Amino acid sequence: MSLIEGRSGAWETVIGLEVHAQVVSESKLFSGASTAFGGEANAQVSLVDAAMPGMLPVVNEYCVEQAVRTGLGLGAEINPVSVFDRKNYFYPDLPQGYQISQYSQPIVGRGAVEIALEDGTQRTVRILRLHLEQDAGKSLHDRDPRRTWVDLNRAGVALMEIVTEPDMRSPDEAAAFMAKLRTILRYLGTCDGNMQEGSLRADVNVSVRRPGGALGTRCEIKNLNSIRFIRQAAAYEAGRQVEIIEGGGSIEQETRLFDTDRGVTRPMRTKEEEHDYRYFPDPDLLPLELTRDYVDRIAADLPELPDAKKARFVRELGLSDEDAEVLVADRDNAEYFEAVAEGRDAKAAANWVIHDLFGALNRSGLAIGEAPVGAAHLGGLIDLIAAGTISGRIAKDVFQAMFETGRDARSIVEERGLEQVSDTGEIEAVVDGILAEREDMVAEYRSGKTKLLGFFVGQAMKATGGKANPKTVNEILRAKLDS
Amino acid sequence: MADNALTDLTIAEARERLDRGEVSARELAEAHIAAIEGARALNAFVTETPERAIADAEASDARRRRGESGALEGIPLGIKDLFCTEGVMSTAASGILDGFVPTYESTVSANLFAAGAVMLGKLNLDEFAMGSSNETSHFGPVENPWRRQGDNRALVPGGSSGGSGAAVAGRLCLGATGTDTGGSIRQPAAFCGVVGAKPTYGRCSRWGIVAFASSLDQAGPMARSVRDTALMLGAMAGFDPKDSTSVDIDVPDFEATLEDGVAGLKVGIPAEYSLDETPDDIRALWDEGIAWLRDAGAEPVEVSLPHTAFALPAYHLIAPAEASSNLARYDGVRYGQRVEGEDLIDTYARTRGAGFGAEVRRRILIGTYALSAGYYDAYYLKAQKVRTLVARDFERAFESCDFLLTPTCPSDAFAIGEKSDDPIAMYLNDVLTVPASLAGLPAMSVPAGLSGGGLPLGLQIVARAFDEETMFRAARAIEKAAAFDARPEPRG
Amino acid sequence: MAVDTDTVRRIAMLARLNVPEDELDGLAGELNKILDWMDLLNGADTDGVAPMTAVKPMPLRQRADAVTEGGIAEDLVANAPEAAGAFFAVPKVIE
Repeated sequence: MSLIEGRSGAWETVIGLEVHAQVVSESKLFSGASTAFGGEANAQVSLVDAAMPGMLPVVNEYCVEQAVRTGLGLGAEINPVSVFDRKNYFYPDLPQGYQISQYSQPIVGRGAVEIALEDGTQRTVRILRLHLEQDAGKSLHDRDPRRTWVDLNRAGVALMEIVTEPDMRSPDEAAAFMAKLRTILRYLGTCDGNMQEGSLRADVNVSVRRPGGALGTRCEIKNLNSIRFIRQAAAYEAGRQVEIIEGGGSIEQETRLFDTDRGVTRPMRTKEEEHDYRYFPDPDLLPLELTRDYVDRIAADLPELPDAKKARFVRELGLSDEDAEVLVADRDNAEYFEAVAEGRDAKAAANWVIHDLFGALNRSGLAIGEAPVGAAHLGGLIDLIAAGTISGRIAKDVFQAMFETGRDARSIVEERGLEQVSDTGEIEAVVDGILAEREDMVAEYRSGKTKLLGFFVGQAMKATGGKANPKTVNEILRAKLDS
Repeated sequence: MADNALTDLTIAEARERLDRGEVSARELAEAHIAAIEGARALNAFVTETPERAIADAEASDARRRRGESGALEGIPLGIKDLFCTEGVMSTAASGILDGFVPTYESTVSANLFAAGAVMLGKLNLDEFAMGSSNETSHFGPVENPWRRQGDNRALVPGGSSGGSGAAVAGRLCLGATGTDTGGSIRQPAAFCGVVGAKPTYGRCSRWGIVAFASSLDQAGPMARSVRDTALMLGAMAGFDPKDSTSVDIDVPDFEATLEDGVAGLKVGIPAEYSLDETPDDIRALWDEGIAWLRDAGAEPVEVSLPHTAFALPAYHLIAPAEASSNLARYDGVRYGQRVEGEDLIDTYARTRGAGFGAEVRRRILIGTYALSAGYYDAYYLKAQKVRTLVARDFERAFESCDFLLTPTCPSDAFAIGEKSDDPIAMYLNDVLTVPASLAGLPAMSVPAGLSGGGLPLGLQIVARAFDEETMFRAARAIEKAAAFDARPEPRG
Repeated sequence: MAVDTDTVRRIAMLARLNVPEDELDGLAGELNKILDWMDLLNGADTDGVAPMTAVKPMPLRQRADAVTEGGIAEDLVANAPEAAGAFFAVPKVIE
């Protein structure tokens, strides 16, 4: 928990999130139009999406399944009966004049997400509900000085609205929750988590109070599309509220927007309070009933989720908590690691993946899916080390070459003649040469400065271009110096 | 004279003559096009499509020559202008949709055309199907072809399918589509002296029909015989995966069982449908209907539908609430008329204020109010619970009978303008048709006699859900016994 | 259940319906009459009664996840009062 130190004492930030996650599906929630991102204007719009007279919605079974899958992934109750309601309001990018959503009976009820905090402790963020709803279209305000242009390609795309309890106590916790939720959704394959494209965005409810005191009045910051913005907006907003209260003012419950350029929040022009959404069950649709069997079938096919995976990495593969945490944070990373670790020393694999691979990817700005070194190639490199074919030091160079060329380890090692020298005769000759050259130091060693061993090892390695097996070098040196 | 002979046919008769090659679809179409031109004073059509009719008819004749006849091959029909028709203006009789030309065809009209039907045009209606007199149309009221004896005032055809009722009664088409939300097929059928059937909710697809109240709207046929409506419904109905409320069950051959009679069936007579204000002539006709059915071998039984009195107010909450939301899409952004304002909100308000007529505005306001914060439970939710009670009443009644017989309407046709100042008096027209709508049950009106004023009166048959076969059998029994052959005097 | 002119104005705003000031009073009267009539419903005992959701109890039918529609931008804007290329155009919205 991190408190804000105000002039009048400490303040606690209280944060709850309403997350909108675009469901991964081919077609929209109630029509057969494509959900693909970035199409030509109104090209991915059906008669239903454009709300032409007499058009009717038919729900997409896969979107329902995805919502159930997500609910199960959040450890939540799946409601056997849920209802699609109409949320009525007027806006040009809402063609029906209502959004089909779920109000009083959502498809998913209470669940929970565990987040790991900086200090190593865990916090549980309770999920209040998850429901399915239609996305709106897009209004473009900057194409014409007098007109707003409307593109309905997104109109009707399935969204999951995931609502948390106000369980987060700092902007960092809100960011950690969002990151964790994103990870879970990506594991489940129910949302691609692409925040830049708007596939995942959050409304952040922020209030402040005296630590442990009664909840304060909250403000909702709309539509934040990056984890950084969530952290910044929440921090700014909490600070703003403390300043107002300490200045003798009071917080007005309102909806605000985050100005990403200036890093401040400002009130929206249209006040949320003016809305009266007149929810009622959509008479074009029947209640959605899900059988126990159906839910069980989806549950049976659920992938291993990050918490379970992390626990297994620690328990069965002997990884440290930190390494396991890093590896499971992204499903692709975890899968890459598992492929490398399969049948190999898991700790070595974790080291290579976390330090060498991630480092190289970071430097080159590549995603794991674009890595020039595939899991099989990295595994091959580790095998060469394990077999003593190359030294760990040479392996770093080989990895670099692999990353640059996309070739496998063995071919690089063979081509460049990097095999480790373990032939004792060859190494003895090198060692003899060094000892003969530095008799002074040999004498020092023998007079008790045994830590000079490292110096001799280094010389031997240098003389062999790093190819000598360090263990053999050590043994031979000891034998000769200690005799 | 030859033309009259063609426009007087029932669909079944026309089918026989087409089959025997005595008449072509083109001749039938031409006769009706001429009739429509001669009866423009009725204002039954919003859009006449004579070229389309001729083209459809020629294509039909060609199919027939190739031996590819559908169930309605060459039959000229009118389509209520609530059905979206590809390439033909579809307005819901609203100014806000004036000029709207869909790029798609409603499932029901597509089914009819796939069965060989010929389209004569789009029929007038109450704006967005909201009304019981066809006086709320943006395109002006429709006149009933009938006149009260000794009174030359123009009468309403009923509504909302008033253009359909007037066109069928006036011999402007052999049959027409209607839609029924609270009586919008049955009441105009009764007022115009034609047969009108509303199938079970879910029997016909709602896809492509401009929505009024989604949980109540059903398409159905209007024609001049029970057989014709059975034939038409057979072509219109069917499961449609594009409508989540469409029911996936087989459509029986309604015509095949039409003549099976009612012997051995029990006809329920609901006590609550006898209203204090029911006129004597309607009461007498109802009694007569019971007698006809008894004579045909059915056993009348008294049944009770105790929540009947709540049905009409419940309906007038549910329907406007759903409508207020269904009509939100008419915002002048993607189609229809727009009235430019100072800003977007003002543009919306002006567009909708100018585009919707008074009755539609009134219902949108009622519906918006009923759904607004603080009132949902007291109004909409309460009404939906009452609806459950109304539906249970019917279920219980059908434990002791096979179908119900009631009058269709509490009055005969009234004069244009007579009730337009009092919304509740207008709403009371639907008091006998609304309960079956709330319960989603199949119900139809059969012309059975004339009122004291010489105007047609209908009797209503209500059957169990998805038992349209019994409904048609009972209606056919009434039709045979009533031998209703009165027709409006040709005018104009 | 008294609906006054302020309420009518508020509902009309919610419904985005332009109602001239001089019609507000009349509409308030009409709505009151209709709502009074609705109060009849209070006579129905609905304790423990579930609201009706379907005529025939059936599961909500679901559609397979496949792209079957789209590519009709021209059709969609064909009826638009105002378009800018394939976009719909409306008076400027200020957020």
